[in-house]
Amino acid sequence: MLLSLAPSALPIGIHGIEKRFGALSILSDLSLDVAAGEFLTLLGPSGSGKTTLLMILAGFVRANAGSIKVGGEEIITMPPHKRNIGMVFQNYALFPHMNVFHNIAFPLKQRRVSAAETAERVERALDLVQLKGLGERRVDQLSGGQRQRVALARAIVFEPRIVLMDEPLSALDKGLREHMQIELRNLHRRLGMTTVYVTHDQREAITMSDRIAVMNAGRIEQIDQPEVLYARPKTKFVAGFIGESNFIPVECRNGSVWYEDRKLRMNDPAPSAGRHLMVVRPEKLRLLADADQARPVNALPATVGDVIYQGDSFICYATLRDGRQVTLRDYCRSDVLAKLPAPGEPITLGIDAQDVVLVTDQ
Amino acid sequence: MSIGSASLGHAVRQDGELNARALRSDARRQALGLLALLSPGLFLVFAVIIVPIGWLFWLSLFDESGQLSLANYARFFEQASYIKTFATTFKVAFVVTGACVLFGYPLAYMLSQLPRRAASICLIFVILPFWTSVLVRTYAWLVILQRKGLINNWLIDLGVIGQPLPLANNFAGVVIGMTHIMLPFLVLPLYASMKTIDVDCLRAGMNLGASPAATFRQIFFPLSLPGLASGVVIVFVLCLGFFVTPALMGGGKVIMWAMRMEQATSLYSNWGAGAALGVVLLAVTLALLGLFQWLLGARATGVWSQR
Repeated sequence: MLLSLAPSALPIGIHGIEKRFGALSILSDLSLDVAAGEFLTLLGPSGSGKTTLLMILAGFVRANAGSIKVGGEEIITMPPHKRNIGMVFQNYALFPHMNVFHNIAFPLKQRRVSAAETAERVERALDLVQLKGLGERRVDQLSGGQRQRVALARAIVFEPRIVLMDEPLSALDKGLREHMQIELRNLHRRLGMTTVYVTHDQREAITMSDRIAVMNAGRIEQIDQPEVLYARPKTKFVAGFIGESNFIPVECRNGSVWYEDRKLRMNDPAPSAGRHLMVVRPEKLRLLADADQARPVNALPATVGDVIYQGDSFICYATLRDGRQVTLRDYCRSDVLAKLPAPGEPITLGIDAQDVVLVTDQ
Repeated sequence: MSIGSASLGHAVRQDGELNARALRSDARRQALGLLALLSPGLFLVFAVIIVPIGWLFWLSLFDESGQLSLANYARFFEQASYIKTFATTFKVAFVVTGACVLFGYPLAYMLSQLPRRAASICLIFVILPFWTSVLVRTYAWLVILQRKGLINNWLIDLGVIGQPLPLANNFAGVVIGMTHIMLPFLVLPLYASMKTIDVDCLRAGMNLGASPAATFRQIFFPLSLPGLASGVVIVFVLCLGFFVTPALMGGGKVIMWAMRMEQATSLYSNWGAGAALGVVLLAVTLALLGLFQWLLGARATGVWSQR
């Protein structure tokens, strides 16, 4: 282990955070626990309050109420320079008047680390982010990806208790962004620092996180592991924000769930009453052959609207009997491809009992 | 056969120089066209800069009897009053520039930190005197600073002092008046450069463990230096050639370069002497600008990061 962060990784306890700008409420009664060494992502659309929460954690924005405990110690009123929290800014915020070495050495200089140890630690940090030998470069001589790495090295070189990242990859192009996602995740696994990551990119969140907190209008809608969040969204917002979803209105009566006149098979216990939406991911829908009808799947009769071939997969837009449009996606295996329906053809869509997820219709 | 090979050779030659002549003449035509478009500007530069400066230089080479000589330049080394004027000019320029930095830096810093609305209102108060005549402002200072002026009267009435303070018609008066006039020239470029400093850089500084004071010292101040330098250069160079305020506020005791030029031409009708003064002032100003340029250039290529 190059930098030994794991032993000092601390949990964060966020409790009852309130933030208002005038009459506008940005965060309301927000509570969240981050485990020591966890990679937690705050995911949400712009204006959901995720960046404000990060700024409150870093100490740049003062909350109206609430508590932030790092390893049990209250830091809500602590000035930013005493918090010992590393942060990677959206635009990197590298110091333009210093070269790469002095940028990374900056936090060590503030902590009066000796020159020899500073040189050694900066060297190790540069090595860690794969920028060995670039210490003498000026910041304006670096590419976007290199600046990103310098910002990261600067944020972890002083072995902070927590690392915060504010959409750090949003300025990079797609290929580099995907590469850096993997790199950041591996770095986190190696160093084990407690990390709070902010993004509006759901794919990025799913790729990198141990857990994701989906934020909407200043509240946390759901906080779960990526696979749980995707497979079992708890609200319509979460289902719509993460991945694609078909929403099919269903009714609950007599302890079972009905779509039109069909009783749905499902593994989850049925809600007692009320209007709900069935969340169906495009890849969970299947084209059923007549022979499949006997299997314990939910069959939905529909008419094909359009079939779009995309090489590795195809998308089928179909219209249910009630006129609702749904999307189906499947891979182009030979057996599927052979039976591809034509536009206007009647088909039966199938969804397994285990894939039936209901959210309340708000 | 021979025809075939000849035509082949011709074709090869043509491939390498296809339309080459037409393209060359097109490039030439475009260059001439651009020159024609530039010519009014070039003529203006020639007529109002090159010609007068050349004439000034030419005039400086003749003594009072119209003989070609270097007498006008020899005076700089021979006459003590010339050397004294030179020293006074630099002394005033240094002190005024220093005073402008002393007052202007905190002012520009405050402006840069204020919310936008408040900053633009405060900026009006910086710019407003800028639009008022220098003569009017200088006379206003005379009214305020003179022996029986506002300040001395108040201080005596309040019993703070027994004798009026010598605030006008001396070095202090010149410095006060010029500082007031020069301040916007320092504040405006400095404010503009401070506004471009990324707030996230300052946040990053604090986040990385620098106290607010350390963040100012290590990040904000170095990043504001280019703006400060350009403000300082403007103020210093303007001070070197300043006439109205020192002439009125100096009471004849503070003789600056431009005043001596005025004396030489209008009092003694010695155009050669005045022209020589102008040439030397121009040369010194250009040398200073070059020096600043060189210093700033060295800075930009990473002198700071060596520390």
